[in-house]
Amino acid sequence: MRKLIFGLFIAFLPVLGLAAGAGIPLDPIKTDHTDKVSLQRGAALFTNYCMGCHSMEYARYKRVAEDLEIPTALFEENLIFTGAQIGELMKNSMDKDMAADWFGAPPPDLTLESRLRGESWVYSYLRGFYKDDSRPLGVNNVVFDKVGMPHVMVDLQGLCAVEPNIGKKASVEPLSGNIRNAGACPEYATEGSMTSAEFDRAMYDLTNFMSYMADPIKVERERLGIFVLIFVAIFFVFAYLLNREYWKDVH
Amino acid sequence: MQKLLNWVDERLPVVDAWNNHLAKYYAPKNFNFWYFFGSLAMLVLVNQLVTGIWLTMSYNPTGEGAFASVEYIMRDVQWGWLLRYLHSTGASAFFIVVYLHMFRGLMYGSYQKPRELIWLFGMLIYLVLMAEAFMGYLLPWGQMSFWGAQVIVNLFGAIPVIGEDLSLWIRGDYLISGITLNRFFALHVVALPIVLLGLVVLHILALHEVGSNNPDGIDIKKNKDENGIPKDGIPFHPYYSVHDLVGVAVFFFIFFIVVFFFPEMGGLFIEKPNFEPANALKTPAHIAPVWYFTPFYAMLRAVTVDLFGLSAKFWGVVVMGGAIAILFVLPWLDRSPVRSIRYKGWLSKIALTLFAVSFVILGYLGLVPATEGRTTVAQILTVVYFLYFILMPFYTRMEKTKPVPERVTG
Repeated sequence: MRKLIFGLFIAFLPVLGLAAGAGIPLDPIKTDHTDKVSLQRGAALFTNYCMGCHSMEYARYKRVAEDLEIPTALFEENLIFTGAQIGELMKNSMDKDMAADWFGAPPPDLTLESRLRGESWVYSYLRGFYKDDSRPLGVNNVVFDKVGMPHVMVDLQGLCAVEPNIGKKASVEPLSGNIRNAGACPEYATEGSMTSAEFDRAMYDLTNFMSYMADPIKVERERLGIFVLIFVAIFFVFAYLLNREYWKDVH
Repeated sequence: MQKLLNWVDERLPVVDAWNNHLAKYYAPKNFNFWYFFGSLAMLVLVNQLVTGIWLTMSYNPTGEGAFASVEYIMRDVQWGWLLRYLHSTGASAFFIVVYLHMFRGLMYGSYQKPRELIWLFGMLIYLVLMAEAFMGYLLPWGQMSFWGAQVIVNLFGAIPVIGEDLSLWIRGDYLISGITLNRFFALHVVALPIVLLGLVVLHILALHEVGSNNPDGIDIKKNKDENGIPKDGIPFHPYYSVHDLVGVAVFFFIFFIVVFFFPEMGGLFIEKPNFEPANALKTPAHIAPVWYFTPFYAMLRAVTVDLFGLSAKFWGVVVMGGAIAILFVLPWLDRSPVRSIRYKGWLSKIALTLFAVSFVILGYLGLVPATEGRTTVAQILTVVYFLYFILMPFYTRMEKTKPVPERVTG
């Protein structure tokens, strides 16, 4: 029996070892879909700053309100700007053709963005804007070079004067004792209303929300999964004993 | 109850069928780990059929609605996410199980006389399964669905003279479009499952006609007791039905870990670009087929030279097709007097090991972008893959085999 379990494990092993890597260095984060407060702050940021251009057209407002434990009336009043009913899909009113004229390409739907590009990518991208006068909108992004999107949260973060440190570990400079690469941006061209740490926290919340939106069933799925595995484990015990009972006479 | 059974049995041979295929089907008693995968393949097939039927109820097979309807299943349909993950994980599990099942056949010579037809039906199942998986993969209508299908259908274009028209005929359009999606949907949910089920029935009928092979490769029917029952045989039911139940439990444990905790399997079972809707104007940087096709994809890419005025692409398609076609003639390539690898000589053991290793590494190479070094490795391994078959008539005859015991060993 041990051979069987081991064998099945080995059979799946090659599949586990293969994962894509390399590319642009990112700041890794771990999202937490059980942190409702963080998700609520993220929802507020998304609807206020992102949804003017980016829809989440595969998801419904109602599900978000329920999952994030936001009362319906409060949600309708503060988080729906299009006059949509709470049961509707989270679309926006931007015309795709006009948007293509304005930005070069229409802003993509973001329902699944964090599953498409990864959570760490989203988190790094949101903090990756910097001043670049050669670009039509005056900003560029270290994670997404020549991006067509303006720095929407410039009033929160401020405008970074140089390329932010994304994907670099913070370290203490040995002689001066200064901390290098602590925040993403070492030098600001214009100041924002948030400190570097506050902005990082806000972008964590926003990423967390986007991650939740891409995979809203995750918490429930993993909770159920535990029970399913316990059931299968108990089933295994009975199947094993039944098998042993039948086979004890076979030599 | 007995009366009802008698009534039915007078009109339909249900008791005979039960006995012939289960209660009095005598299977060798020395089945090992490798013999779980046949019944597990049946289990996964049932999973695919049942979850597939329910997915069809909410899926919208149009270019405009397909992607959104998959997300509708994931978000708005009760338990839709579970149905979809069972189906997507089941697709990969099907190939894992089938590959292990086929490897078992290679190891113990289960394709040898008198089981050639079982092997041929099995190979046809594998072929239909690949078509089924390929067409099913287009249905979520994501970027990788679209571009994967585009690449594979374009391969037919490499065939001289008729190629371009053939790929146009398959697509029904000048590029993969809603028309292609509709016909792939029809084939995926109706035509191919019917063929698949028919082939599975033939595979099992042929198996039960000649009886199962075993790890020793011995014919258990040569040693029968006074009642005509093989001494080394035991009734499939209840012995192997309870035995397989244990395998099912272990399989489900691993399967559900994936379904509930790693449904994307790090981008292997559900590729990341498929979270973006199909877009004919935007080619992904790296197009890779799903993992179960990658050994053959690596062979396709390994061919880089034009030959006899025909393109390298054409010869790549030939190599890829040949890699699958050569498996069909396997029963006639093996000239060994023994079946099982246990009693074959060291040449066969080395050949089988090299074959398995090359298949796995080719699978990896097909997943990652090609570089010069990787292409060279893929070329060498493609040759190894083919040599396993081409040299088989020679090394199986040359080598010294061990004596096969009269009765099965543990």
